[in-house]
Amino acid sequence: MRILLGIGSADDSLQALERTAERAAEADDEVTVAIIDDDGPRGVGEIEAAVDGTLDDWGITAEIRHVESETDPGSELVEIAESEGFDRIVIGGGTTSPMGKIQLGSTAEFVLLNSHVSVTLVR
Amino acid sequence: MTRDRGYPEAIAGPFEGPPRTFEDRAGRTIEIRAHDGSNEEYEALASMYIEFDPADRAQGIPPSQEQRVREWLEAILGEDCLNVIAWDDGTAAGHATLVPDGDAYELAIFVLQAYQEAGIGTRLLKTLLGYGAEEGVEKVWLTVERWNKPAVGLYKKIGFETSDAESFELEMGIRLADAHDDD
Repeated sequence: MRILLGIGSADDSLQALERTAERAAEADDEVTVAIIDDDGPRGVGEIEAAVDGTLDDWGITAEIRHVESETDPGSELVEIAESEGFDRIVIGGGTTSPMGKIQLGSTAEFVLLNSHVSVTLVR
Repeated sequence: MTRDRGYPEAIAGPFEGPPRTFEDRAGRTIEIRAHDGSNEEYEALASMYIEFDPADRAQGIPPSQEQRVREWLEAILGEDCLNVIAWDDGTAAGHATLVPDGDAYELAIFVLQAYQEAGIGTRLLKTLLGYGAEEGVEKVWLTVERWNKPAVGLYKKIGFETSDAESFELEMGIRLADAHDDD
């Protein structure tokens, strides 16, 4: 399966990365990682390092690219997945508020509402 | 990273803090008290949430398994949080909580199904805000699913204003006091 993993800087993205790599190692998925610069808790360099480390841990390789759009990364993810024939988009399943409420980011919301490619939210 | 949230400029209230006793629309005597930190109250709340109808969950809370309910309760009943409970004798009928989030507090409220539509939620909410004001809370925010019209209506009536309508959930805020000016 061809997987497009969209990750930003929040913890849920790192979880999605871990689970995608784990699954790819088992199922032999072809993974492309799309890094989104969301101005969040981790910078792009830190996200790249996390991606490299996780891919190494699971002994898989993946194409790594960067989502250019700062204003509308969700739209770009959907565009990439649809135009390049991906089977699935994988994204983080949201962060939790101090109360413990799950909150989806705007990128995840856009992807869920607009993608014609199947979407997996990792929780 | 905390997002910038909007709050009304005007101060809402005043709201009466706990304890309060009233007769609900079903004729039951309900007492609202601040959580006393006891294990008995914790267990009563755990029972309420274990019994809670999954259809009334919102954004993953209350959690669905007992172990997770207990972990969640231990977090939100912590010393830095403010909690009020609506009691029908020894039964916890409703619970409202303020959890610190930077310079503001996040609010959530739950009423057990058998006690809904009896005026308990409104009083529980006002009492919690009264308690918050007494304890020096300045700003409170919450999220509510936008289809939940009764809840949105209630929050508006009490003085919450919508601060973010662009997400799946509405975000609303209320101000209980002027900001402390430390400069």
